[in-house]
Amino acid sequence: MALQNFIITREDWSLHRKGEVDQQRHRQKVREAIKKNLADIVSEESIILSDGRRVVKIPIRSLEQYRFRYDFRKQKHAGQGNGNSKVGDIIDSDSQQGPGKGPGAGDQPGYDYYEADVTMEEIEEIVFQDLSLPNLEEKKNKKLASESVEFRDVRKYGIQSNIDRKRTILEVLKRNALKGKPGIHGITPEDLRYKTWEVVPKYESSAVVIAMMDTSGSMGPFEKYIARSFFFWMVRFLRTKYQNVEIVFLAHHTEAKEVTEEEFFTKGESGGTRCSSVYKLALDIIDSRYPRDDYNIYAFHFSDGDNLTSDNEQCIKLIEQLLMKCQLVGYGEIEGPYYYTSTLSSAYKRVTHPRFVSVSIRDKSGVYPALKTFFKNPDQKGG
Amino acid sequence: MADQVLEELRQLEAAIPKMIEIARQFKLDFYPMRFEICPSEIIYTFGAYSMPTRYTHWSFGKSYHRMKTMYDYNLSRIYEMVINSDPCYAFLLEGNSIIQNKMVAAHVLAHCDFFKNNIYFSFTNPKDIIESMAVAADRFRHYEMVHGQDKVEAFIDSVMSIQEHVDPHRMIKPKVENKNKDQNNGCCQTKPASPYDDLWELDKNHSCSCQGECFRKHSKIPPQPEKDILLFIMEHAKDLEEWQLDIISTLRDEMLYFWPQMQTKIMNEGWATYWHLRIMREMDLTESEALEFAKMHAGVVLPSRSSINPYYVGLKIFEDIEKRWDKEFGPGAGREKIFEVRELENDISFIRNYLTKELVEELDLYLYRRIGHDWKIVEKNWEKIRDHLVDSMTNAGFPTIVVEDGDFGKRGELYLRHLYEQRELDILYLEKTLVHIYKLWNRPVHLETQIDNKPVLFSFNGEKGSKKFI
Repeated sequence: MALQNFIITREDWSLHRKGEVDQQRHRQKVREAIKKNLADIVSEESIILSDGRRVVKIPIRSLEQYRFRYDFRKQKHAGQGNGNSKVGDIIDSDSQQGPGKGPGAGDQPGYDYYEADVTMEEIEEIVFQDLSLPNLEEKKNKKLASESVEFRDVRKYGIQSNIDRKRTILEVLKRNALKGKPGIHGITPEDLRYKTWEVVPKYESSAVVIAMMDTSGSMGPFEKYIARSFFFWMVRFLRTKYQNVEIVFLAHHTEAKEVTEEEFFTKGESGGTRCSSVYKLALDIIDSRYPRDDYNIYAFHFSDGDNLTSDNEQCIKLIEQLLMKCQLVGYGEIEGPYYYTSTLSSAYKRVTHPRFVSVSIRDKSGVYPALKTFFKNPDQKGG
Repeated sequence: MADQVLEELRQLEAAIPKMIEIARQFKLDFYPMRFEICPSEIIYTFGAYSMPTRYTHWSFGKSYHRMKTMYDYNLSRIYEMVINSDPCYAFLLEGNSIIQNKMVAAHVLAHCDFFKNNIYFSFTNPKDIIESMAVAADRFRHYEMVHGQDKVEAFIDSVMSIQEHVDPHRMIKPKVENKNKDQNNGCCQTKPASPYDDLWELDKNHSCSCQGECFRKHSKIPPQPEKDILLFIMEHAKDLEEWQLDIISTLRDEMLYFWPQMQTKIMNEGWATYWHLRIMREMDLTESEALEFAKMHAGVVLPSRSSINPYYVGLKIFEDIEKRWDKEFGPGAGREKIFEVRELENDISFIRNYLTKELVEELDLYLYRRIGHDWKIVEKNWEKIRDHLVDSMTNAGFPTIVVEDGDFGKRGELYLRHLYEQRELDILYLEKTLVHIYKLWNRPVHLETQIDNKPVLFSFNGEKGSKKFI
């Protein structure tokens, strides 16, 4: 019967990897895009607010496939109710935070970004690539940081995978030469040489970083956000790259106090500003807990620069004292919407010490350059 | 192969001839069928590429990843993939239950009937599409080896950005250039001497109804606004190399092949759903099989609050047509009618002609839009809903954009115009797309559209974009 015009088959598809291969290519492009947009990504809310070890959404514009399309959010759309819908019914709401989306599936236009499923680890790896603690010195107080395996010895017995080829050949040459028939021929078991390894403890100098943040009334949400973004990345960077760094968190308005990490990143304060208070506290803490012989010491201060003018002189003096004890003193000034003529950073123009670094940040994209400025070390290799 | 898989194959081999026979008794008419059972990765690859043999591109990898993730998290599932080809290839998902695969097979037979008989598919080339796509993929791979992956990929990115801008009805339109040439000796040769000259000519028998427009347009490239932007670029861009022209031409051909599927989504899915129901009813199902089938069918026709489910709406319209024609012209007339509809209509005419007031109410269709932060229902009037659906399917849902001038300002610049129909374009996307078109045209490009009912001209000159109200 001519009706049987069909075939059912089941091929071996195990070598068909086209989708996987193109997916790899896509991933590669995502990573390139991340590199290109690092300045934007570093200050992305979804990252700063994330709890860390999870997949984050980041805007990667270059991976959109642009085409002419209608503006989804300005159009009417058709839908279907369950029998009693009426005009005025709300079928969905945009969430108040975050970029808007249309109702329904995520593939609808209206999404501004492709949600790259990038893990924090991946982003950190790229962000931290060029960062290191500057001016690190060997200190007395070394702590065991890691153990590494080094091949240091050669023996006659060992496992096959560790054969030392060059030395084995050398033994062959020696033996043949002694027998009067020079050259490489006839390797015997006695010729074989094996490498063996030893566990070598690796030491690293310890360091302390003093994070100081202005929490006075003039620090608005934007200023706090910028300062916290910076410290967020700094903390992650220090903990990822170094085994042995302590971080001290100091918050100040007219008075300074040591706070926990959580308070540092969440608590808001108000009041006037006296920056010298926090420098004094930092110096006290260094003197009592972190002797210069044992620690590499770093101090970073973020403020909007709106200080009591009468306090500026005092600040300069204290900065100079800090510089005598620290590998680096960094000051970051966030330029808010208001314009001040006598900000701290203009006073700090007089500090000319090479280990004093000052940056100013105007918008979110300034956080990454600030990180790079503080944690770059051109003439010495980092930890 | 595992025993279970062999058993599945055996059962399918027994069931499919039965289903084919039932389908033929229903007068479905399809190409020879090739059923291939494949693992989910393969189904999703084909889904992402729309075709098993298509060229390689990162964007397919992106959609593959998205689809595969949805499947892995059990959020959505493609049961089947069918290709408009002769013989017709249908890919079934390994791990479907027997009853799922039976339903899918019934569904696929109706799709294939639709491919073979719907008039809009008559310009596609189902005989050699798989082969020609495979050959194109090979050529593209060769270009990558010669010119480097980055360069070829970037060029494909640019072509893809306007790949929907083809003219599927080109073949049935008169050639405008020739018409102009013939009529140059008539009204269009000379410019009217005064603005009122056309009044004295009113009663003269013109061979051309252009009213002087031809004169103005004659020297223009293109003579009439050209909807097929890809074709226009192929024919008129100055600096494209052979391999680049080949890529444009290939993507254009593929778009023309896919176009009828985009034009008949509701009909095609409705038709396939209509028939999988009827074919399955003729099969001897055990009680538990019948229950499983009912559940699966219910999943397919599940309505959505935020979009139109083509399976459901299409099914309901076909059933409604059949019922109404049976009632008016006697039993059997309805069946005959739906076969005629599947042959001659596309989604636009299908909705316009057969979506009735009663159906809109029964289906509880509505229109919604964004008001503040909410998406609210704003329309329940059935005619407005019908007309909105028709509008939104015009040009397969893509904005209509034409080449107005290929030598704008006598500087060889490209002037495009959006045929604005009260629907605004996404401006970010528009600006980025202009950059892509610049890469193809290699001279400044412009697009005229409207924002808040005011005409605007967007331009990109190779370095920066600009926007001005005109």
